[in-house]
Amino acid sequence: MDARALLKDAGLAAFVAFALAFPMVGFQTIDVSGSHGITVVTRFGDVAIAVALVFIGRLALSLLQNRAMRLPILVLSAALAVGLPLLTTSYPVITWLSVIATAVIAVRAAWLVFDIADVVGRDEGNHLRDATAFIGRWFGPVLVVFAVLFPFLPMTSRYILDLGILVLTYVMLGWGLNVVVGLAGLLDLGYVAFYAVGAYSYAIIAQTFGWSFWVCLPLAGLFAAFFGVILGFPVLRLRGDYLAIVTLGFGEIIRIILLNWSSFSGGPNGISGVPRPSFLGFPFTANPPEGTRAFHQLFGLDFAPEHRIVFLYYLILALALVTNIFTLRIRKLPIGRAWEALREDEVACRALGINPTNTKLTAFAIGAMFAGFAGAFFATRQGFISPESFSFLESAVILAIVVLDGMGSQIGVVLAAVLLIGIPEFFRELAQFRMLAFGAAMVGIMIWRPRGLLAHRDPSIHLPKAVGGGA
Amino acid sequence: MLTVQGVSTSYGHIQALHGVDIDIRKGEIVTLIGANGAGKTTLLMTICGKPRVTGGRIVFGERDISQLPTFEIVRLGIAQAPEGRRVFPRMSVLENLQMGAIVADPAHFDADCHRVFKLFPILDQRKSQRAGTLSGGEQQMLSIGRALMSRPRLLLLDEPSLGLAPMIVKQIFSVIRDINEREGMTVFLVEQNAFHALRLAHRGYVLANGRVVLQGTGQELLANREVRAAYLEGGH
Repeated sequence: MDARALLKDAGLAAFVAFALAFPMVGFQTIDVSGSHGITVVTRFGDVAIAVALVFIGRLALSLLQNRAMRLPILVLSAALAVGLPLLTTSYPVITWLSVIATAVIAVRAAWLVFDIADVVGRDEGNHLRDATAFIGRWFGPVLVVFAVLFPFLPMTSRYILDLGILVLTYVMLGWGLNVVVGLAGLLDLGYVAFYAVGAYSYAIIAQTFGWSFWVCLPLAGLFAAFFGVILGFPVLRLRGDYLAIVTLGFGEIIRIILLNWSSFSGGPNGISGVPRPSFLGFPFTANPPEGTRAFHQLFGLDFAPEHRIVFLYYLILALALVTNIFTLRIRKLPIGRAWEALREDEVACRALGINPTNTKLTAFAIGAMFAGFAGAFFATRQGFISPESFSFLESAVILAIVVLDGMGSQIGVVLAAVLLIGIPEFFRELAQFRMLAFGAAMVGIMIWRPRGLLAHRDPSIHLPKAVGGGA
Repeated sequence: MLTVQGVSTSYGHIQALHGVDIDIRKGEIVTLIGANGAGKTTLLMTICGKPRVTGGRIVFGERDISQLPTFEIVRLGIAQAPEGRRVFPRMSVLENLQMGAIVADPAHFDADCHRVFKLFPILDQRKSQRAGTLSGGEQQMLSIGRALMSRPRLLLLDEPSLGLAPMIVKQIFSVIRDINEREGMTVFLVEQNAFHALRLAHRGYVLANGRVVLQGTGQELLANREVRAAYLEGGH
């Protein structure tokens, strides 16, 4: 491309940016105290910066076509991505945007400079398989080690640890929903209902009978699985859109029952004072009741409220890993394979002797069971539950995690959960632009990875060489 | 082995089969030929339990199977390579075979795989490939191989030649003959490609408008003037 075409292209991009930014960024309405109503403040400076950013960015991306320009652009953009936050502190939004933009350009440049696409990407399929196999083999264990060490890293504050617990809860829910949506291919928009059933079963059983967390946890899972079967029966014949609508309705039914059946669930006030978990019967309290010892006394530590947070963190980590191992294993069993086959072709499944009724019901039940476990954990962690925590938005977020991961891969769920739960927190500094940035990130993912972050499923079986290799 | 006695089937108000009688004996290849819409696939699906018979009965071995659900009929030893192949596209070739073996004893799995790869060597080369990336002929082979994995007593094939190159059709038909002659597999073959099907089969039935209009050995039907006029003229 010659210089004029480049400039024209970048100019066009800048114009689009201007058209978008002028009304959205250019005017801000703020509520000035003392005056009546709101006042309009213009921010044309920001618009100019944004347009300039787009112009330069577009130019840089175009120049990457030219081999000679790649390395300088890589160096420059990487330097800017690192350096910009150090230079300016007054404009958090603009700084963040520039950092992200330059980082994207740097990654693109690095991709080309190091010929990543040429080396492994001779055909897209192979390249993806290699990359995913690599990620599966190394990234998974590294991630687990990181997760185990996470509470003791120097950067981990109480806030970060809480965020970690939240992300892990969603990872677990994502893995659970993956059984239903990813493996069995049953689109479930009411998954949060089982989460709610688990939470309420735990809260009510633990309060009524005073049983410990470890007794109530399986019960909560059992109840949720039971509700999974209840939902499963009427929707056995439904597929696709219709299934989605019924499950959506089911989720709302559960929430509305919880909201209105005050004598049972406390209605909108919810249930407070849900018993906290204990470490094998040793509570996390500063002053344990007569005759019992608290966790910190058991280990001769000073009392610290963080102990419980760390314990909760490991609890959800263990629960999530159990979910993961369970789904990885079951994929190799006949029932897991039957789920996947059912997703592919139900008629063919019948013709092979699979009972579709039982297969679907087990998928619903097992998916629901994990949501029930997660719900019990949620209840014990919060100490308070109300129907508000189980709105449709939750279902949507969990489903988004599963869809984003490309349906079927386990690591993808982790990445997606970190993205979907972590990014909104990460962008908190952007204040009112937080959801905008989040939406932009989602759009970006859908453009670059339309089939999910890791859209590849590994075959669950390989023949030993001796058997098949000969012929 | 399989007896279809006066079977009628309807889709809603439209009757598709009118009292069809068919008899398949152990070790035979029996073919059912007929024009589009004659009811060939309907008969095959009725044997598998969907749609249900509205009259008559279907006996497999000693047992009346006409009221059983599909998956139980399959478990009795009837395997089907359905029309349109219907392999699981996102699963590998090996996983497809494994799905076929889901009602079989897992101890036989390796041996059965080996047997299928021997019949269709190309599948051995493709075994870790996703089934959706196979060619039409390879998918048909996989569909038949998958059906064989359940160690059936009766193999139902629905138009295995549909949309395939003549070379591939020849290969598939020779494999059908092979498993019949060497292993004594009983095969019920539904075909539009009457010439090939009748040459291969011991006996054949001609279906028209939901009724059996002719039956006889493969040779007899090949020589029959009406059959020639209706199904064999032009080409071949």
